[in-house]
Amino acid sequence: MTQALKDLGEYIASALTQELLGQEVNRCGELSLTVRTNAVVKVLTFLRDDPGCLFKQLVDVCGVDWPAREQRFDVVYHLLSMKHNQRIRVKVATDEETAVPSVTGIFSSAGWFEREVWDMYGVLFSDHPDLRRILTDYGFEGHPLRKDFPLTGYVEMRYDDETKRVVYEPVKLTQDFRSFDFLSPWEGPGLLPGDEKAN
Amino acid sequence: MAESQIQSYTINFGPQHPAAHGVLRLILEMSGEVVDRADPHVGLLHRGTEKLIEHKTYVQAVPYFDRLDYVGTMNQEHAFVLATEKLLGIDIPVRAKYIRTLYDEIGRILNHLLNVTAFIFDVGGMTPLLYGFEEREKLMEFYERACGARLHANYFRPGGVAADISQELLDDIGAWCETFPKVLDDIETLATDNRIFKQRVIDIGTVTAEQALDWGFTGPNLRASGIAWDLRKAQPYEIYDELDFDIPVGKNGDGYDRYLVRVLEMRESVKIMKQCLAKMPGGPVKVQDSKITPPPRAEMKKSMESLIHHFKLFTEGFKVPPGETYTAIEAPKGEFAVYLIADGTGKPYRCKIRPPGYVHLQALDMMSKGHMLADVVANIGSIDIVFGEIDR
Repeated sequence: MTQALKDLGEYIASALTQELLGQEVNRCGELSLTVRTNAVVKVLTFLRDDPGCLFKQLVDVCGVDWPAREQRFDVVYHLLSMKHNQRIRVKVATDEETAVPSVTGIFSSAGWFEREVWDMYGVLFSDHPDLRRILTDYGFEGHPLRKDFPLTGYVEMRYDDETKRVVYEPVKLTQDFRSFDFLSPWEGPGLLPGDEKAN
Repeated sequence: MAESQIQSYTINFGPQHPAAHGVLRLILEMSGEVVDRADPHVGLLHRGTEKLIEHKTYVQAVPYFDRLDYVGTMNQEHAFVLATEKLLGIDIPVRAKYIRTLYDEIGRILNHLLNVTAFIFDVGGMTPLLYGFEEREKLMEFYERACGARLHANYFRPGGVAADISQELLDDIGAWCETFPKVLDDIETLATDNRIFKQRVIDIGTVTAEQALDWGFTGPNLRASGIAWDLRKAQPYEIYDELDFDIPVGKNGDGYDRYLVRVLEMRESVKIMKQCLAKMPGGPVKVQDSKITPPPRAEMKKSMESLIHHFKLFTEGFKVPPGETYTAIEAPKGEFAVYLIADGTGKPYRCKIRPPGYVHLQALDMMSKGHMLADVVANIGSIDIVFGEIDR
């Protein structure tokens, strides 16, 4: 299985020399391609139609936020080839301003997935027929899955009996949100202050 | 008599509508009684599951998966624990694999029983729903006896399952497997050859094989369109490759075929459950590694090391080495997958949930175009959607 994926990766790399930035089979035995952002439509069309690939189904599109990077977002496409019984992952990087070409023209299933990525991360897609928010509330502001968006959000909603309607107010927490630092290593923290005296 | 001009108009369907299967809001553009465009508004049940999981340890994340598709809950947990185990690089004991497979199939029957009977209910048949709920209740008792909860199980854990199950429970499941096909026959007698049911669902919402692939269909909806694809056969996980079962495939891709595929799948699930019961091996139900699964309670009372392991596991959790995986399982509704990115800490960096219902609902517009208003209800029933997983 892994060998077949490695061969496939090399085959794709030889066919798409201009578009591909990298390809690897990771330790879980999954093939990832990193692709130039503006070439994503070409790559996905190739993967769908080439007889050696035939990835006929786009099963998932999602965003990932890496705030430390200059191009902070990854858009990750997962494709499935039933003919060859293989999966492939395609990644493109982008930032808040640069639009990723929409793949709705080649896979109809991309429509809602791209809307979700826009909703959750604020990644723009060019040529998308209907790029509205999808999961968040009507009139919601912000992109909740970004790492700099707080878990509690900014506003909370309640029914106000006086005005007889739903009102939005800034979040008030009765208890502060607690985040514990568990980054101390499992095996013991190494040298602690005072350890030098023990030796 | 003067001919009257029919204006096209827009109607709002749901979110409080019994046939919407939850909180679906549909904006329907109609010309007369024919649907021009169906625009589903989803997200009314959005709880930010993916964001919450990023702030929880891997073990704490499992219960969120019960609350996605709350009809057959353990199947969702399965995708997440498989993804975690893949990143950890561990293999679980055989008994745990059998228990998971057994409960996966119970979950499948739970789901199909609700969907098939609610689908019949949507198009006018009430009795099967009542029959179905009685059997669901029995199955949920099996859930309860394994993990203490009827719906939100939290039973599968990274490294195995939470607790062992007794031989008595296995015997009772075996006894149920003998009686259930009779109930399924009763349901089928009322629906499969029923003239009214057939009039309502045959040639309604037909999806061709090409359309099904293009729109990302998976599971029974894909198989009803004539594509024999099942992850249990194609990319087997746990012990599915050792079991003998068939994959029902439809021909026409209409609502009736989707119904038939689900009914036949329930019969196959009973077959799988019987094989699991017959072959069920003994042994531990979780990996014997206290860095991943908690040590037994009794040991904690005596051993300091066990106590420390227990404390560490339930405060900071285990650490997962950096990596990413896309792990899919054949959930009752289709391909349910988790795209998990670990960054070496005790919490997932990113956990994308790929719900099958989301993709199927997206195609509702394509399926309903040109159909009558009443057929939209039949289409919603036939694609099997639950809003817990669509809205996440």
